[in-house]
Parts: sequence; C-alpha cells; structure tokens
Amino acid sequence: MKRRKFIGMLAGAGACMAASTATAGGTHHFTGYPESFGVLFDSTKCIGCRKCEAACNKVNELPAQPVPFDDLTVLDTRRRTHHDTFTVVNKYSVNDKPVYRKQQCNHCLEPACASACFVGAFVKDKTGAVSHDASKCVGCRYCMIACPFEIPTYEYHDPITPRVRKCTMCQPRIEEGKLPGCVEECPKGALVFGRREDLLNIARERIRKHPNVYINHIYGEREMGGTSWVYISGVPFEKIGMREDLGVTAAPELTSGALSLVPAIVGLWPMFLTGAYALTKRREKIAEEEQHHAVAEAVAEAQAEAAKKTKAAMDKAEREKQAAVDREVKKALKEAEEARLKAQTPADPSEQ
Amino acid sequence: MSHHTTPSKTLWTPANILTAVILAIGLILTVKRFTMGLGSVTNLTDDNPWGIWIGFDLLCGVALAAGGYTTSAAVYLFGMKKYHSAVRPAITTAFLGYAFVVFALLYDLGRYYRLPYPLTIYPGPTSFLFEVGLCVALYLTVLAIEFSPALWETLRWKKLRFWAHSLTLVLTIFGVVLSTLHQSSLGGLYLLAPSKLHPLWYSPYLALFFFISSIPAGLSMVIFEGRLSHKFLHHKMDQTHIDEAPGVTLGFAKAAAVVLFTYFNLKWIGVALDNNWHYLSTGWGTWFLVEMLGFVLLPCLMYAVAAREKNQKLAFWASIVTVLGIVLNRLNISLVAFNWQLPTELRYVPSWEEIMITVFIVTLEITVLRICLNKLPILHEHPEFKGAH
Repeated sequence: MKRRKFIGMLAGAGACMAASTATAGGTHHFTGYPESFGVLFDSTKCIGCRKCEAACNKVNELPAQPVPFDDLTVLDTRRRTHHDTFTVVNKYSVNDKPVYRKQQCNHCLEPACASACFVGAFVKDKTGAVSHDASKCVGCRYCMIACPFEIPTYEYHDPITPRVRKCTMCQPRIEEGKLPGCVEECPKGALVFGRREDLLNIARERIRKHPNVYINHIYGEREMGGTSWVYISGVPFEKIGMREDLGVTAAPELTSGALSLVPAIVGLWPMFLTGAYALTKRREKIAEEEQHHAVAEAVAEAQAEAAKKTKAAMDKAEREKQAAVDREVKKALKEAEEARLKAQTPADPSEQ
Repeated sequence: MSHHTTPSKTLWTPANILTAVILAIGLILTVKRFTMGLGSVTNLTDDNPWGIWIGFDLLCGVALAAGGYTTSAAVYLFGMKKYHSAVRPAITTAFLGYAFVVFALLYDLGRYYRLPYPLTIYPGPTSFLFEVGLCVALYLTVLAIEFSPALWETLRWKKLRFWAHSLTLVLTIFGVVLSTLHQSSLGGLYLLAPSKLHPLWYSPYLALFFFISSIPAGLSMVIFEGRLSHKFLHHKMDQTHIDEAPGVTLGFAKAAAVVLFTYFNLKWIGVALDNNWHYLSTGWGTWFLVEMLGFVLLPCLMYAVAAREKNQKLAFWASIVTVLGIVLNRLNISLVAFNWQLPTELRYVPSWEEIMITVFIVTLEITVLRICLNKLPILHEHPEFKGAH
C-alpha cells in the first residue's frame, strides 16, 4: 500500500509540473501585451543633466544621495543602479564627443527575472511595467543572476527585511494617468512615453528622416525577446555600454526545453529503474534456480554413487558372508567327517 | 580524530581544539550575519549576487552528496549486493550533506525565514530554482527515512525500523528520480545567463553535465570517505565492512572511470555543438583545458588503471582529483567564468568572513558525521539486527 501511495505521489508531482510547463513548446508565441506602454530613449537628445535621476529619487521616495543631482562630475565615473538609485545616466566618449545613456529596468516583454523567480514575485503587468512584490520575495537573488541588463539590486545591509529594488516604470503613476517621473522631468525630450507600438513607429520615423544622425537599429525592439523601453542612438550601442550580443531569444525560452524534460524524467525514470530492479531480481532468481538445479543434480549424482557404493559393499559383504558361511559349513562338514572316520576306525590295538 | 573512542581519553586533542576554535569564530560571524545583514560579512554586490555560499556550499555540497543515490541505486536496483556495507555510510554522508546544504542556504537567503514559500504559498514553477527547492526538500525527506534505521536500531524501536526498512526499494527509486532532477537543475539555473557565463562553460547541456558529473562525484566521495574511515575508524567497523571495502573501492573506481569518460566526451560535444573551439586558444581556453584534462581525463585514467590493477591506493588518489575537479567545475561556472566580461575591479572575490562561515559549516558537518559514525551502527551492523536487510 505504501508503495502504491508513493507512486501516486510521483504521478501527482509529474502531472503538476507538466501542467505548469505545458505552454513551453508548441506554436504559442507571446509578443507582449498589445496595448502596453513603454519609453523611447533617444541618446542623441540626452544632455546628461541628471534631472531624470533626481525625479526618480523623488517620486520613488528614495534616500537622499551623497552627491547632489546637479553635480555632473559623477558622470565621469561608470555607475550602475543600486538599491537606492533606480536609474543612472552614464557618459561615454565616442569619437571624442560625449554621448549619454540612461540606464534603468528595460521592462522586458518576457522578463528573465520573472522566469527566474521561484516564488513568482515578478509580474509583467498589462501596462508594460515589470513589478516586484517584496512580500513574496525570499531573497535568493536569482533574478539578479538572470537579468541580462544587470538591473535588479539588493539591500545587502538590511538583516531582516532586505528587498530587491528596481525601477517600476512608475506603474502607480501610469495607473493614475501620470507620466513616469523621469519622463516628466526630461527637459530635452530625450524620453518619450507612449504605447510601445507607437514608440517603435516614432523611432523608425526618426531613423528614416535622419539617416545621418541615427544608426539603423532600435535597441530593445528584439533584444532578449523585446523590451518595453526602446533606444535609438547615433553611435553603435556597444559604444555606450549596451550589449549587442544578447540575442533575440526571450529568457523563458532558454530554460523551457530543459524544464520540459522534468515531467518526462519523473515519468520515465521509475519505469527504467523498476526495470533494472526487475532484471536484477530475475537474474538472481535464474542464478538461484540454476544453483538449485545444479545442487539437486549433484546430490542425485552423489546419492546414486553412494547407492552404487553401498550396493557394491553390501554385495561384497554378502559374498564374504557367504564365503564365510561356506567356509564354516565346509569346516563343520570336515570336522564331522573326521569324527565319523575316527569312530569307524577300530580301536588302536595298543590301547587295549 | 580519536575522541569518542574511549571516554577516558582526553578531549583536548589538536583536532578537537581546532574544531572548537573554528566553531567559535563561526558562531560570532553567524551573529554578525543575522544581525547586520549579508553586506556586513560578504563581498556580494549588485553585479555579483551569488558568492561561495552558492558556488561552494550549495553547488559542491549537493554534487558531493551524490554518493547516497549512486550507492543505494547500485546495491538495491542494479543488484550489486556485495557493496551493501557501503550503503549506510553513503546515505549518512548524503543525509548530513543535504541537511547542511539547507542550513548553509539560510545564511545566503536574504529572508531565510521564508524558505518554505516556494513550496507552499507562492510556487514559481517556471524557475529551475523552484525545481531545485522542491527536489531537495523531498530528497532530504527521503534521505531522512533512509538514514533513520540506524537511529531506530540504536533505540531498539523495532517497528519503526522495519517500517522504514520496508520502504527501501520505493525510496531508492524516488531518490534517483529526485537526484536526477535537482542535480541537473543546479546546472539548469545557469541556462538563463548565456550573456554572463563564458561560452566554454555555458551550454544547452548544462543540466545534463551537472547530472552526469554528480555520479563520479558521489562515487569518489564514497571511495574517499571509505579510505578515511578505514584509517581513523577502523575499530568501529565489523568484519563484513572490512571484507567488502576493497571490492567497493575497485568496483566504484571502474564505474567512475566509465562515467568520467562519458562526461569528458559529452563536454566536448557541448563545445562542438556551439562551435566554441576558437575560445580554446584564449586564456579562458587554457583554464578550460586545465579543468578538462587535469581534473576529468586524468582521474578517469587513474581510475581505469586502479580498477585494472586492483590498486586501491591509486583509486583513493583518483577520488581526490575527481572531487577537486567537481569543485573546480562548480566554482568555474558559478564564480570564475561567471561575469567574465566584467572589468577586474568589479569581479567577486570572497571575503574572509564568507570563507570562514563556509569552513564553519563544513567543520560542523564533519563533527556531526564523526559523532554519527562513532555512536550509530553505520560502519558495523547492530548485533540485534545482523543480516536484517
């Protein structure tokens, strides 16, 4: 009964996993929520004023920064997002001209962080925002391993309730009908908020109209399966710290194949293993039977041999016994004969 | 390493003093970790969210605890009954190994008190980490039941002992299934990060590599620990154990040679599949070759020769090289070749406190293992339960 119960549990676990990865294969193709929003960043318009950083800090109620936001010297060092800075602008020198690039969560259409999270704390919302629910987070930081844009950050110095922190695309503001903080404050129109589809059209239009200004690449249109933030630039993106070797495969597709094998292993392994066990048992049984057989044969042989020996011995004994009897009979007869002869012989004259 | 043997002997042996010092430092750092946060003891950054507590404690810990499923499968499923005396030590090591992996994980998790979340209220089945969590939790339970007869025998709780024992076959099969899944899933974790892991180590076969390499890892640990037990705990062994030990060593050596050779070939198929040959001429390629030739092919050949010439000492050395090779591979994937494109100043190097906590956890594990091997019928059969398997 226990065995049956365990096998039942195995099957249950398999079915459960199969259900959760059922959409891994097939022809299903997710291209993002149709009406979702995004932001277009135009690096040719950005002047590195850090107003977006200041706005971000304000609307997200982040702690005050040691260096004020109007101090532009920080642009000379390479910076990244941290638990208290959801966006940073970096300066790159390309052909001796400064080019600025704003960095924040790209809000992927199929986010690696969401795929990686083992409690489902990341959600791609229909507004386009990828949000993180700290009330579910266990703090494993696998999202940070998974993110190809190195965006999620961690509160390493909080001993009890550390959170994963990142740009929210100002989802609460979007739902109130407001612009994301950074977009609202941008003085140069380097940031455009809108429906992603519209943004892609705007980007294409700018590239078409000004082929001398822009390179013909909309970063984020296809990178990692597409992102809600998209970028256009006058210089190759790799020159402004954006990796062009990420490929166009959405993160979940990197693991779906291997994950889909999980229920198969749960289904197949017990069969092979019980098979191996059965073969072993059978081999043992056959070996045992053969041994039995051999033993029986040997015993029979030994018994026959023994019987033969006994018979021979008995025969011999019989013969010996007969011979002895014969001898005794002969002896007795002889003695009797001698006695008779003695009696018949006349008395010795000398005895008289 | 000889306390517990006779109660009259002093506990102040050098080994015990060293153990005590390590445990004391570990406890202080534990307090620091849990009161001042991960950042107070680790060198983890936003670029390097996983350090040696994942790379060594989790990845190596799980791989090196594979002796449990490999040995029990060999004996109970593949009929190698002559290795039976190796099962209990292997299960014990595996059980403690996994228990301490989970213990170590509590240090690394930001909100360790939520560890049951993925398995209870918020399952995230799209993640390989969910897979790891589920299988490790189930397998730890399996190992606990498989380990428990040693305890029930000591306590003379015969009913429980026979109940636990009657599940052997099912638990063994379940254990192999779960081990296949979580050993491979640890490799699967890195499938999500092709842009961060060096192409020579990144492969769509990562999950397969982790599973296959866990087999020689487990076999080697059994050989390695067997030899050490012989050296230090000989008096705890019964005649069966002593008689069967050479057979276990040489039999496992043969198996390890075959699997290492398979693994060696698979790794090259992985390189060929993505056409990564050109990386071999770089510095990373040299490092990859060091791992492949020095820590996969070399122990494979050592094992093969050891098995053929019945050389137990060589098998022991091969087991050390294999174990080092597994550690090297896991560290390469999780730390060395991970974030390989980051500038040097942003790369991760563990802090002394991180290393010390790892040493603390390993020491704690060895101490508990020593106590188990000394106090429980693991290297010998309990006189009242002789032959009852």
